[in-house]
Amino acid sequence: MKQKLSIGIILVGLVALLFAFKSGLFKSSGDEYADQKLPKVVDYNFHIKPILSDNCYTCHGPDANKRKAGLRLDLEKEALSELPENPGKYAIVAGKPSNSLLYQHVVSDDPKQLMPPPDSQLALNSYEKKLLKKWIEQGAKFDKHWAFIPPKKAELPTSERTDWAQNEIDAFIMEKLEENDLAPSEKAGQHTLIRRMALDLTGLPPNADQVQRYLSNSSVDILELAIDEFLASPTYGERMTQVWLDVARYADSHGYQDDSYRSMWPWRDWVIHAFNNNMPYDEFLRVQLAGDLMPNASKEQILATGFNRNHPITQEGGVIQEEYQSYYVVDRTNTLGKGILGLTLECAKCHDHKYDQLSQRDYYEIYSFFNNVDEKGLRMDAVQAANQKYFADAPFMTITDEETQGVLSFINKDEGKDVKVMVMNDSMPRTTYIFNRGEYDSPGEEVTPNAPEIILPFSENLPKNRLGLAQWVTDENNPLTARVFVNRIWGMLFGNGLVETSEDFGVQGSLPSHPQLLDWIAKDFMEHDWDIKYLLKKIMLSATYQQSSIATEESKKVDPDNKWLSRAPRFRMSGEIIRDYVLATSGLLNKEIGGPSVKPYQPPGLWEETNAGGNRGVLTTYVADEGDKLYRRSLYTLWKRTLPPPSMSIFDAPNRDICEVRRQKTNTPLQALALQNDVQMLEAARVLAENTITDTKDAEQWVTTVFQRILVRNPKEEEKKVLEEYYTDALDKFLNDKENAEKLIAQGEYKRLDTDPAKTAALMLTAQVIYNLDETITKE
Amino acid sequence: MCDHHDKLRSNNRDLQSIEKQWDRREFFKKTSLGIGAMALGSLLQSEKLWSAVNPVAGPIDSLNSFAKNKLGLPHHLPKAKRIVYLFQSGGPSQLDLFDYKPKLKDMFGQDLPDSIRAGQRLTGMSADQTAFPIAASTLNFKQYGESRAWVSDAMPYLSEVVDDLCFIKGMHTDAINHDPAITFFQTGSQQPGRPSIGSWISYGLGSDNDNLPTFISLVSKNGSGQPLYSRLWGNGFLPTEHQGVQFRSGKDPVLYLGDPENYDGNDRRQMLDYLKKLNGMAYDAFGDPEINARIAQYEMAYRMQTSVPEVTDTSDEPDYIFDMYGPDSRNPGTYAANCLMARKLLEKDVKFVQLYHQGWDQHGNCPGGVKYQSKNTDQGTAALIKDLKQRGMLEDTLVVWGGEFGRTVYSQGQLTETNYGRDHHPKAFTMFMAGAGVKPGFTYGETDDFGYNIIKDPVHTHDFQATLLHLFGIDHERLTFKHQGRRYRLTDVHGDVVKDILV
Repeated sequence: MKQKLSIGIILVGLVALLFAFKSGLFKSSGDEYADQKLPKVVDYNFHIKPILSDNCYTCHGPDANKRKAGLRLDLEKEALSELPENPGKYAIVAGKPSNSLLYQHVVSDDPKQLMPPPDSQLALNSYEKKLLKKWIEQGAKFDKHWAFIPPKKAELPTSERTDWAQNEIDAFIMEKLEENDLAPSEKAGQHTLIRRMALDLTGLPPNADQVQRYLSNSSVDILELAIDEFLASPTYGERMTQVWLDVARYADSHGYQDDSYRSMWPWRDWVIHAFNNNMPYDEFLRVQLAGDLMPNASKEQILATGFNRNHPITQEGGVIQEEYQSYYVVDRTNTLGKGILGLTLECAKCHDHKYDQLSQRDYYEIYSFFNNVDEKGLRMDAVQAANQKYFADAPFMTITDEETQGVLSFINKDEGKDVKVMVMNDSMPRTTYIFNRGEYDSPGEEVTPNAPEIILPFSENLPKNRLGLAQWVTDENNPLTARVFVNRIWGMLFGNGLVETSEDFGVQGSLPSHPQLLDWIAKDFMEHDWDIKYLLKKIMLSATYQQSSIATEESKKVDPDNKWLSRAPRFRMSGEIIRDYVLATSGLLNKEIGGPSVKPYQPPGLWEETNAGGNRGVLTTYVADEGDKLYRRSLYTLWKRTLPPPSMSIFDAPNRDICEVRRQKTNTPLQALALQNDVQMLEAARVLAENTITDTKDAEQWVTTVFQRILVRNPKEEEKKVLEEYYTDALDKFLNDKENAEKLIAQGEYKRLDTDPAKTAALMLTAQVIYNLDETITKE
Repeated sequence: MCDHHDKLRSNNRDLQSIEKQWDRREFFKKTSLGIGAMALGSLLQSEKLWSAVNPVAGPIDSLNSFAKNKLGLPHHLPKAKRIVYLFQSGGPSQLDLFDYKPKLKDMFGQDLPDSIRAGQRLTGMSADQTAFPIAASTLNFKQYGESRAWVSDAMPYLSEVVDDLCFIKGMHTDAINHDPAITFFQTGSQQPGRPSIGSWISYGLGSDNDNLPTFISLVSKNGSGQPLYSRLWGNGFLPTEHQGVQFRSGKDPVLYLGDPENYDGNDRRQMLDYLKKLNGMAYDAFGDPEINARIAQYEMAYRMQTSVPEVTDTSDEPDYIFDMYGPDSRNPGTYAANCLMARKLLEKDVKFVQLYHQGWDQHGNCPGGVKYQSKNTDQGTAALIKDLKQRGMLEDTLVVWGGEFGRTVYSQGQLTETNYGRDHHPKAFTMFMAGAGVKPGFTYGETDDFGYNIIKDPVHTHDFQATLLHLFGIDHERLTFKHQGRRYRLTDVHGDVVKDILV
């Protein structure tokens, strides 16, 4: 009813708004940008370039083929030069807006003169125009794109408020809070923090024992101790791997057409191992990019290069292999861009980049690093391959028992069966050409390996192969690599990165909300040898991280998006974490690490419906596993690219067709349905109810116990009252209808415990209500 | 993340200023979050808003007085309010269905002249062939209706409605293999990662229905031939709520819709009430509007539990309707049954219904294969068009029929008097459209005597997509979404509206 009412109010409001609009109310209210305060000093990177890039670069930017009137605005020299098609005139004259044609065109009333032209659908607002004017007045100073300038540690800002900051991070946050007249929130409760840290570091709720120990210990270092314990747990590596799998577009299938099985999971086991051993991030990248080229490369180093073979590979009969071979190299190039450098390299595949200073030549120079793999393409259709269970495109390595008992002991392989994992090599040198319009059959000029100079010149001393590239990527003077990674870690903890577009640090990406903080953390990370655990701990020990997530009306008003972090964010957990959370709290979770991917419950028929007939390889029909394989952590769920696990897709997991670095966080009715009706969820609620009834003698405590198990806190009085009322009510009903109780608790494969059906059913429904709470699936 | 919406702004200044007002409210960001938000979302849509202002406006009136939504859409007066796209996966043979080439009879077995093939690239399947023997269709063609359209005897039912159809005989596309070609048709790009047509329309125009998804896909059961991929109805980089929702035959038309197996879910309402009460307490504690949005999604989910089974249950259709769609229509999950369900969904103003029927990949035994495929689809397609027409819906419902490419005039494999195979052919094939804003009883474009090259009025995949959007009042160059620093659109940087086929 309340909801209906609010919809009504909104509707009335909207209609009013529409009438206001129709009657020109908004027009007469004038220019809403009029009051926006201009900065004292206009900054090129932060104020001017976003305007030029978004509105002007398409025709006056880096792309030489699309340039109009010979005017180029992204480079200082060109922008300030005499206009080639308009002698004696200048687009920009430092200090003189009235002589600057750029400004004159932007403010023109004549549609023929106006820039951007009306038919481009672009237009500047009055604030942007004033910014341009002031910038020209102040001397029209250019600067290199912010993200291409190596990070430096700025001096820590000082604040009069000295009782809040816990480390350097807080100084930067406080500065922005004060600028925006905001105050930080108080510290979150201890149980909230323990749950938050456990979720962030292990992807699981803290277990009852941990909660008990941490809460009963009043030592000041207790949070630090908790962080250390979470970081030391093997579940940490699983959690970090989960995130890396999206970057690495990991899947258990080839991705095109028949979409057959592939066995890349030993590579996934290596990632878990690397994170758990706290391999420094620079080394983590180097071995994945070029482990095979390292001196005396070990099997482990070679295995790591599976990273660049995770892309989809076609197996469709009749394809032209040369075409697809180029797709694979393109994929590796784009993944380096998006996943590691935070660059939209792919925009320079068909033409010069329209916004960033990256040419098509730059693109194919990077491409050439990845173009020497002796890959044949899958030359078997799924029918032929079906007998083989899986098939791999050369080059691959074969992992035997000897290795898993020795140097590759972190691979969880059954004895007796060898496994093939696709890896990289450079054994088929190919000449790389710039492809005209990006088309594989239209080669142009020849190029050789090199990296974009604008980012960091590729040193003469580096080998011109992937090993050299890996060293270039992880060079401390590379301005992007560390920034991009720490930003993503920040995003993992706070929901959004300091640069919101964590996939794009280019000119069209968003600007950092806290540029100095980003740089400070990036630099600090490198100074500490790219130590990922150190980085996580540093951020988690800040007062910023430890704030409460309660949003006051004031902070919602001033900072609705929580850009300035005057409170901790609260956001829905990923599909994987939700499922793992439910498995863990119910007691079902199977903690085994690594191994071949598994098939938990999935609604029947999904694969079969789209597969077009029975003979399409081993992934034609979905047969769920049995026993404890049903309860493995979600990163082990078999990933078929053309039909990913629905309980993950519904919660915004990508298909893994391409590298992804950031997931949406939608809120949909399909999620509500999945949480209510997925047999995995029902079974967990049932098992939790059974365990509680068996373990807790005092029936009065059951509801509270279930609540504590799921939410890691005690219920408030009113919550307890509501839930007990629900339980009692349900119990009455089931006592009168035992048959229905029996049907309800029959959910799932897991063996029934010998508990009273009516009580079990009633407590199961109660657990289901708690599992469906917003708070349960949210990181507070 | 969830707030991509505010990146694409209207270019209309007045709307921009309204957008700014809206942006300040957390509410709008947080509620445009799912099909559940449609309950709210649809209130934001122009049509509903206008009918609230002008309650007397009928369907056509409301189109005439079209208002723009917060994305500034529609750009112009739309002709189509909804669409059913009957995708024939595999590449139906135009030469055995619609593109009649009588001269081929005399050229039986002759090698396709090099001047015709003109170096066109071939798939790896026929690239090794030493000869390319011409195979005329063994099916019989006749002209039908006032429009005198040629149709082969594989499609007797369709021949009854040719005067409602607009044939496009000069279709051509870029890809020659299934996966890239079907991905190209449905997303505008051969490689995975882009949003599907339906998700673009959902993103641009929103929903007209409070209780059903905007974009629904249906797949014929027991398909054979080429696989399908969920990316074909995926959202790519658009917000997830624009993803097509697959409706399936059987117990759960929508994933996880049904209550626990065998369990009488009568107490579900009660459970939701308790859930709402507790979530309300959480809102009081945390003040996060997302919690209220979550409550709304649970309510929407609950409504779907009623609305979806209702709309997917065709059992109360009268016998004469089943007779129209043919006996298969009583068998849920078949093409005919899906056509019937599509009509029901369209009646509920679901905006985009995307059907898939597999099996049109006749590398061998082409005549038999085409007849078999037609037998399973012909009556359903024709009935759907007739049914929409008799309900007055064809005038604002667009019907599209077609595959991802056509087939070669030469035989793949051995050619005999009665049998031949045909390989993939992207350079010329036939599609048809019907209904909203498209010329009825009209044929557009022409191929050469071999059906190999287009000699008049070619229509590229991107042109088709541009035209489809145009019919919905969308300028394909202006429906964009900023992603990875660039404004993407369905038609990439190509596409021209095919004005000649528009009424």
